[in-house]
Amino acid sequence: MTKTILIFGASSKIATAAARVWAIDGAKFILVGRQVDTLQTLVTDLEARGASGAIPLALDYRNFAGHEAFVNGLIQEHGPIHITLMAHGLLGDQEEDQKSVASTMAVVDANFLSYISLLTPLANKLEEAGSGSLLVISSVAGDRGRKSNYIYGASKGGVSLFVQGLRNRLQSKGVHVATIKPGFVDTPMTAHLPKNKLFASPETIGHGIVMAEKKSSDICYLPFFWRFIMLIIKLIPEMLFKRLSL
Amino acid sequence: MVLEQAESWGRLFRQQAESFAPPSHEALVETLSKGHKSLLPYGLGRSYGDSCLNLDGALLKSTHFDHFIEFDQDEGILRVEGGVTVADILRVIVPKGYFLPVTPGTKYVTIAGAVANDVHGKNHFQDGTIGCHVTRFELLRSTGAKLICSPHEHGDLFKATIGGLGLTGFMTWVELKLKKGSGYFDVETVKFRNLDEFFAISEESNEEYCYTMSWVDCLAKGSQLGRGIFMRGNHATNPPAEPCEVSQRPRVAVPFEFPNFALNKFSIRLFNEVYFNKFRAFNRSINQHFEPFFYPLDAVHQWNYIYGKRGFFQYQFVVPRDAKDTLVKIFERIALSQQGSFLAVFKEFGDRESPGLLSFPKPGYTLALDFANLGDSTLQLLTALDELVLEVGGSLYPAKDARMTSEVFRTCFPNYMDIEAHRDPAFSSTFWQRVTRD
Repeated sequence: MTKTILIFGASSKIATAAARVWAIDGAKFILVGRQVDTLQTLVTDLEARGASGAIPLALDYRNFAGHEAFVNGLIQEHGPIHITLMAHGLLGDQEEDQKSVASTMAVVDANFLSYISLLTPLANKLEEAGSGSLLVISSVAGDRGRKSNYIYGASKGGVSLFVQGLRNRLQSKGVHVATIKPGFVDTPMTAHLPKNKLFASPETIGHGIVMAEKKSSDICYLPFFWRFIMLIIKLIPEMLFKRLSL
Repeated sequence: MVLEQAESWGRLFRQQAESFAPPSHEALVETLSKGHKSLLPYGLGRSYGDSCLNLDGALLKSTHFDHFIEFDQDEGILRVEGGVTVADILRVIVPKGYFLPVTPGTKYVTIAGAVANDVHGKNHFQDGTIGCHVTRFELLRSTGAKLICSPHEHGDLFKATIGGLGLTGFMTWVELKLKKGSGYFDVETVKFRNLDEFFAISEESNEEYCYTMSWVDCLAKGSQLGRGIFMRGNHATNPPAEPCEVSQRPRVAVPFEFPNFALNKFSIRLFNEVYFNKFRAFNRSINQHFEPFFYPLDAVHQWNYIYGKRGFFQYQFVVPRDAKDTLVKIFERIALSQQGSFLAVFKEFGDRESPGLLSFPKPGYTLALDFANLGDSTLQLLTALDELVLEVGGSLYPAKDARMTSEVFRTCFPNYMDIEAHRDPAFSSTFWQRVTRD
């Protein structure tokens, strides 16, 4: 059976890597991004790799009022949706953003509020259908607040909690909900950061996402070792943690 | 622009260098137009020496040019961006009953890198180099000109770019004619006790087996000189129905640099002895997955770390078929030096000519060997081997080289000025500066 896969933030390297694995099996894609032109290369790419179709759609992630109609419209036209991957986001620049309400809110809008406004109608539709898999990219940064990254971290932490609640709500309705928590990934988002051994390739993360869907994982750290790193980080007492430079 | 550790596979050159990874076509054109010191396209850095480095200039990474453009499954024509890897191509085409017409010994290379080095594989005797199967490509020059090159259009640039070491411009996409064939192989291994047995098996295998290569024990001496294992195979005639999946990542990794002393003449002799004796005189296995047959070393992530901090040289040469006496001398010289490693690949090249001007393969025998970098003693040995190779009109492989002199290079490739004439003035490499210096 041909699967229909909906991807938000389709041109991100991680989403692209996952889509490429699904394309080999002949999936059909609905690719959502900020601009249709930038999605065109990916449409061609996925079709050449074996996708049975790919439709690019533009969405303004900050236009929350339009999200419900957007989701309902696309499901009406292209549904049912078997897999939904939420991958759009904005890393921001902590030191610059903390000086400005506007840029802090831009990060929160992109990474948290737009997720809420898209996931709400999506979850309702999936609940109605009684099937489907919802894969939401959060981050290890959302596991604990740190001075170097807390705006991004808080928005991702919010997503993790929201998705956890959705999982609890939808598990009895036949809908799989996964929280994907990548660690450092070598993408244009992190191009300015010096790389070390902890950095993973987008292909590794993309493959992990495909496996998370296959195995119906709940909370999936990618690569797996981040589960242990974050466990230790979460165990450090706050008395001590607040003094650390992480 | 970022500063990062620039490294090639032999790990002899390690220093910070500038690099660009343009995320789009527009950004690429902009980078090219800025007039930097010099640029060199960089894929995955699998060239062994300095042909993929540009230490005085900057690298232009093809990382974000990783899209497929067109796959005509009826005609077997594939068009992909230059940064697409061989692994990625196999993942898509093998389940559809196609195979790459030519593949090097690792699938972790980009297709543009493969064309720029005009790579060969186990099937050189029958199918030639990858350049023989390239139908066309697009070359972006620093002037901003986008040229579609094929045997019929910009034919001179087509020839200069195949094997042209990335010096003629940036290959934005490449189109290839694929080969029909299963991802499963029927494989035979035949033991040979000396060079004469190798020549006989090679001759007998060339017509019937599309894929041939041998491992040789380069420490063996005397009556066992040149002993090894001949491997030959064909696409499976009766492959299993289940699709042939391509692994997502290497199975194991060399997690850190081994100490320099880990590989020494004793450990290598022990390995060679065990490896040689592990094989029976003859073995046949049907429906073997293509990965262990073509890419045994890909199963080990960062295998180059076993040579330690010092890095290693790879030396690959070709000598004509009638230079068998020279081959004996070369094997004797290597065995005497006790420097050779366990990674030694020996095979016969066929007559099919590549369109590439600077293409390495010629009809004859080719040997590729790793040598741990022991400093002067290794360099002296390689210089002595150069003399033997050049004496009989042989040649060295630029993609593997880190040390040949400009005189040796010009003797191997007397037409190198043709490449210089087609080189994009904004492009250069550490290798090119070394071998064209007077």
